[in-house]
Amino acid sequence: MTALLDVYGLHASYGPTRVLHGLSFSVSDRGVTTLLGGNGAGKTTTLRAICGMVARTGEITFAGQTITRSSTEHIARLGVAHVPDGRGTFTRLTVEENLELGAITRRDRNDVVDDLERVFGYFPVLQKRRGQQAGTLSGGEQQMLAIGRALMLRPRLMLLDEPSFGLAPRLVHELFDILTTLNKREGVSLLLVEQNAALALELADHAYLLETGRIVFSGAAREIREDEKIRRSYLGY
Amino acid sequence: MELLLQQILAGLATGTIYACIALAIVMTYQAIGHLNFAQGEMAMFSTFIAWQLTQWGAPYWVAFFVTVAVSFAGGVLIELIVLRPIQHAPVLSHVAVFIGLLAILNSLAGFLWDFNVKPFPTPFGTAPLFANGFIDAHQAGMIAVTLFLLAFLYVFFRFTRVGLAMRAAAHDPVSARLVGIRVGWMTALGWGMAAAIGAIAGMMIAPVVFLEPNMMLGVLLYGFAGAVLGGLTSPAGAVIGGLIVGVIENLAGTFIPVIGGELKLTIALAIIVVVLVMKPQGLLGRPVLHRV
Amino acid sequence: MPAPSEEMMEAIAEPAVPEVSAPRLVGHRSVIFATLAIALVLPFLVQSFLTFQLTLVLVYAIAIIGLNLLTGFNGQFSLGHSAFYALGAYVAAMLMDKVNFPYAATLPVAGIACFVFGFLFGLPALRLEGVYLALATFALAVATPQILKLSPLEYWTGGVQGIVISKPDAPYGLPLTQDQWLYFFTLLVTVIMTLLAHNLVASRTGRAMMAIRDNPTAARSMGINIALYKSLTFGVSALYTGVAGALGAIVVQFVAPDSFTFFLSITLLVGLVVGGVGWIPGAFFGGAFVLFVPNFAESISKGLSGAVYGVMIILLIFMLPTGAAGLVRAVTQRLRGQNIR
Repeated sequence: MTALLDVYGLHASYGPTRVLHGLSFSVSDRGVTTLLGGNGAGKTTTLRAICGMVARTGEITFAGQTITRSSTEHIARLGVAHVPDGRGTFTRLTVEENLELGAITRRDRNDVVDDLERVFGYFPVLQKRRGQQAGTLSGGEQQMLAIGRALMLRPRLMLLDEPSFGLAPRLVHELFDILTTLNKREGVSLLLVEQNAALALELADHAYLLETGRIVFSGAAREIREDEKIRRSYLGY
Repeated sequence: MELLLQQILAGLATGTIYACIALAIVMTYQAIGHLNFAQGEMAMFSTFIAWQLTQWGAPYWVAFFVTVAVSFAGGVLIELIVLRPIQHAPVLSHVAVFIGLLAILNSLAGFLWDFNVKPFPTPFGTAPLFANGFIDAHQAGMIAVTLFLLAFLYVFFRFTRVGLAMRAAAHDPVSARLVGIRVGWMTALGWGMAAAIGAIAGMMIAPVVFLEPNMMLGVLLYGFAGAVLGGLTSPAGAVIGGLIVGVIENLAGTFIPVIGGELKLTIALAIIVVVLVMKPQGLLGRPVLHRV
Repeated sequence: MPAPSEEMMEAIAEPAVPEVSAPRLVGHRSVIFATLAIALVLPFLVQSFLTFQLTLVLVYAIAIIGLNLLTGFNGQFSLGHSAFYALGAYVAAMLMDKVNFPYAATLPVAGIACFVFGFLFGLPALRLEGVYLALATFALAVATPQILKLSPLEYWTGGVQGIVISKPDAPYGLPLTQDQWLYFFTLLVTVIMTLLAHNLVASRTGRAMMAIRDNPTAARSMGINIALYKSLTFGVSALYTGVAGALGAIVVQFVAPDSFTFFLSITLLVGLVVGGVGWIPGAFFGGAFVLFVPNFAESISKGLSGAVYGVMIILLIFMLPTGAAGLVRAVTQRLRGQNIR
């Protein structure tokens, strides 16, 4: 498998504060990579750095194209959909408008209509609320909306920041089933940041362990799942 | 009773001026999140361009549309040249830059076209519309143009992709970038549209208040009053607010001795302060918090 | 849980109200004394018109300090300070014109009048944030000249004509011209007002003001009475501007409604931004800028002086986004760096 996203020597900082110190990792085409680690390890920052939302240096390649200097909107247009921390809902717009915005850069308008139906297929609750202001949705519904919006881009790669955050356990499993379907059936690659390490490792093929902005361990997801020492000391389960 | 009714009608007629400029103010506020204190001067400058075109012999509507187009381009250019470099600067720097713009446009207009009052043509004529004579054809035309603009904006923002993208960019620039919207272009577009609407407002107002570089300060204040009254986030509110302000101004002028006649601007001040204290979000607006 | 520490870092990297920390160079004693020494001999070295202009720089500086207390240290905006300046000027002029008040005694009266007016205006303005406060004060500024022209008040205000007052002579037979004496008088007032502002900012009250600016919610939870402090700051700010207005009236010997338009508010605001928001000595840079640069612009092109002025404001914001304060800080850091090496 070739790498769809390749990150080499990634540094990132907020003003004078350095947060990432030379990360290197990759997401294979049609693969699922997960970044694990505690609070403040730099997982969210890594996703933001890939999208150009924070100042960064290093080398980031997506589908063979260097994007280290590209703007956030350009990277989105290449087919990278970011489901950000805090969901990034346009609270004052309707659910349908939020989904429309996901596809705003696409030219194939006819397919967009089909995709809207497809998203409603995955998340029927969104169809029920399509005319409602997105800010009135519950946390879980907003999470679905965020993922639905990302799907509307027809992304090649999705960056998911804590997709299970704030969801009831039943919904978490439903959500991960959908993510599995997306990956297996539609071939969307995923880069997943998740507190729920057990769940993430089930979905992922590769995993990287972050600690204070550095990668301390990496390997096949299965390996980590089966390595009790790592699980105990880093993942706490 | 009849006097009251007549004064209300006359107030509505003046109110269309304020409605026009209030609409431009709200438009800018929506697109850029700032109150542009140079808005009035931009409108004045655009109106001078139209005047110059008619002086050169252009038919009214040609001058009108050329001016709208030039103003649109000018608004975009101002955003790109003057505001883009300071987009992350504190609010006060923006205010200072708006003031700089105001000084430049005012002085440039005076330099190019001098400070003498000039008549400006109306395409609608000035014949009274009804027998009582309180609304003439130009004022009626002004109402029609304002309502048309309002309808146009509604359709644009509600039903077009660019309109949706602009709303998203103004509402949450970070998320807008994540879905691939070029937020910088949207802001520039917002400036262009605000400048174009301002130009239309200026060309509608000029036949009434006459054209000169300082024509806008008082009107701008009333426009602000109308925008605040209607709610800074609501274009329809801006129009209604502007009309109400016109009526209040007229009634106060007629029925309150001395104060009404001599303190017209103070009435606008009182309206602004009272509305802000009693109902800060205005009649139709959403509450705006901490955004300047 | 999302990583809170990253959120915090971001919050630290991008403060809601970017401000300037005080550059130490100008806080240094020797610099202060050197500046004062120069200020004391200057009127004997330059022509009387320049002395008059320098006096006006000081007057503007006092007004800008007032605006800075409100905006820089308390985070409230005002485009209406021309109204307070006008009130101070008219109080002084009317007292001197109608009841033969000694000129020096008009300053405290003007200050107190403005404090009360500012405090009262601040009460409703309290509920207003940012853009709304800017609007309300903008309206106040635009309406002020009209109120001053009001016919029932004409006996007191002189209507459109305004009031002419006479220039005071130097007391005790001091061998000073009127301009020189007014300069020294204004300098004394300026020094006192600057020291008071400095002490206010450094006091508990000043810290409360800044806490409200930086984080109102946290300030409230620390037991700070936000409403009271905000109104008080509005009052104190108006007091400074009113004293400046009274001094200005004495210096130019004349008050009239059209001297106190919205453009005066703009002038003060430009002075504030040019000097540096949140840095008291910046007021002197700002005062000099707003007095001399328009003249300079006029010397470049009479017809286009406003445009030249506007371009200079914009260029200055581009090059020195934090005003003179940022420049002084950069210079200080460079000097320090060289000393260490």
